Amino acid sequence: MKNYVFQRLVYLVFLLWLVSVVTFIVIELPPGDYLSTYILLLEQNTGQQLSEDIVERLRRQYGLDLPTHARYFKWFGQVLQGEFGFSFDWQQPVREIIGERLVLTFTIAILSAIFTYAVAIPIGIYSATHQYSLGDYVVSIIGFVGLAIPNFMLALIMLYVGFKQFGVNLSGLFSPEYLDAPWNWAKIGDLLLHLPIPIIVIGTGGTAGLIRVLRGTLLDELNKQYVITARSKGVGEVRLLFKYPVRVALNPIVSSLAWLFPSLVSGGTITAIVLGLPTAGPMLLRALLAQDTFLTATLLMFITILTVIGTTVSDILLVVVDPRIRMERAAN
Amino acid sequence: MWRRLLGRRQSNKPATVQYDESYYLASQWQLMWRKFRRHRLAMVSLVVILFLYSLALFAEFYSINDPHKRHVKYAKAPPHTLYFVDEDGNFHLVPFIYDLKQELDMDTLQRNYTEDRSKRYHLRFFVEGEPYKLLGFVDTNIHLVGVDEPAVYFPFGTDDLGRCLFSRTMHAARISLSIGVFGVVISFVLGCLIGGISGYFGGTVDLIIQRIIEFIISIPHIPLWIALAAALPDEWSSTQVYFGITLVLATVGWTTLARAVRGKLLELREADFVMAARISNMGDFDIIVKHLLPSFASFLIVVLSLSVPGMILAETALSFLRIGIQPPAVSWGVLLQDAQNIRSLSQSPWLLIPGIFVIVTVLAFNFLGDGLRDAADPYKQ
Repeated sequence: MKNYVFQRLVYLVFLLWLVSVVTFIVIELPPGDYLSTYILLLEQNTGQQLSEDIVERLRRQYGLDLPTHARYFKWFGQVLQGEFGFSFDWQQPVREIIGERLVLTFTIAILSAIFTYAVAIPIGIYSATHQYSLGDYVVSIIGFVGLAIPNFMLALIMLYVGFKQFGVNLSGLFSPEYLDAPWNWAKIGDLLLHLPIPIIVIGTGGTAGLIRVLRGTLLDELNKQYVITARSKGVGEVRLLFKYPVRVALNPIVSSLAWLFPSLVSGGTITAIVLGLPTAGPMLLRALLAQDTFLTATLLMFITILTVIGTTVSDILLVVVDPRIRMERAAN
Repeated sequence: MWRRLLGRRQSNKPATVQYDESYYLASQWQLMWRKFRRHRLAMVSLVVILFLYSLALFAEFYSINDPHKRHVKYAKAPPHTLYFVDEDGNFHLVPFIYDLKQELDMDTLQRNYTEDRSKRYHLRFFVEGEPYKLLGFVDTNIHLVGVDEPAVYFPFGTDDLGRCLFSRTMHAARISLSIGVFGVVISFVLGCLIGGISGYFGGTVDLIIQRIIEFIISIPHIPLWIALAAALPDEWSSTQVYFGITLVLATVGWTTLARAVRGKLLELREADFVMAARISNMGDFDIIVKHLLPSFASFLIVVLSLSVPGMILAETALSFLRIGIQPPAVSWGVLLQDAQNIRSLSQSPWLLIPGIFVIVTVLAFNFLGDGLRDAADPYKQ
């Protein structure tokens, strides 16, 4: 067990390094470099052309005269010291503008995960124990539609219904009066009022998938002989259900957390753009379109790092929860 | 494993079932087709998918108006209502519409449309209209439906610029539906190649490839796609952008396929029927062609059909964010851009109609994949 956790942590460090490489590739990908954008900006602001000499000095300052791998190590060294560069678009150091947005992003992702499980597990169990009943059909149909409807469309429909039926604008995470207010209890309360819509939108797709998986495995388990044995011994239906088959059927659900979490962060990005949430997604899109390289890279890096950490934690949790996997992995 | 298979066989195959001779003589593919036909939802989905692809293939024939033409008199017009019964209560077999008249509301400065009930315009089928080339080489001007001038028929309404949303949706089907298949083909080639290497060599190569795949899966896809799509040069032509977006989608898409191929390879390499064939002195080539490929192909078709909808959704999302397919090229995602803010959405909710096509396509592919999976599973009767 300790061995396994240690292994995972070593692997995590390796993953984090890979993240930095991918991020660096993304920085290098766009045609032209960020310096040309910056120079253009400077020229626009000052209204005069920069001399060759200054351009050359800037290039050296940003290390653009170095070969690629040297640039990577220079950038990587800065990142390790918590130095993420300067956002041209926001005219602020990247470090100062991303913190709150990242916290909100992952708060929403984690809450969506909780929502997904809280809805999927009871419905999945109901739908398997009442196979082919009206409820089962209704849930299945809703589940399929939830699977097929793109996140952003669901968000749009919710906005539309909220606006037409109730006359309220459901977008954003804060009411206008709290937008720039410092954090206090009233602001948190306001946040809680705005959270359900994005959480429902982001969680729906995953919920539909989980219900299908849970229903399928539970149906398989319910036909097994140990269930018949238990029943013939006189174990009550409810107790029987929760004592054996549900516990077995929950396993794939627990292990799904590893892919669910990235997909929630991913779905959160586009939902946040449609709903205008102050999270990392809209900021990333804006930074990309403005070629604000350092901001893009840092956001992408943190979104990925936090997701990878989330996946690792869920992997370790799975081993804690499921003795069979514990044995299997310990053997390796 | 064995107990499970046996258990299933016992429970699923009642001893009383009698098959006629053709069942025992049927080939593997015929058996699958039999099973597939019984899956009603999958059959319906197959028909729906074929229909949707026919829309894409014959978009000019189905569309009523030129998708790029701006009907200034009808900007933001709602969808026409089809009537069967006229003002006097008379029933007409051929449905008809009333022309729309624009009025400007002086208080809100919004355009309002009212029906001009003085004249009926009956739908006419196979009418002559804008000339086009069917399938790119047959010169013709026949369209499925149309109405007499001066009225113009907009089944899905129009956008801000007065372009016919129905015709645009038909044309958009081309990119939206082809990009899914095309992206899956690229992912498939990559997946088979890399998954094949991984499964065939095993050992360290396998370990490294599997770790890389796990890594790619654990990155949130949409931020990655956004970053890659935004890196496509602005000056690219729409064809280049199309291929670029396909490649971007395939960067993530191949991982699922590679995993599936590898898993299946590892499983089949050790399977009893392969060992039996080997003992019967069958050559490696024959084993691959006659035994491995057939048992593999059905599985691959299932995986492929289930990965198409993800690609379609991804393209729609990217185009919706204005970093995918660029206008004037149209895809369903591009059309949905117009519905991006709550103001235009509340004024013209019909702009969401292309989204219904996305949902139907994705659903149909999912059901089709389910049906294929059941049909390809030899243990399901």
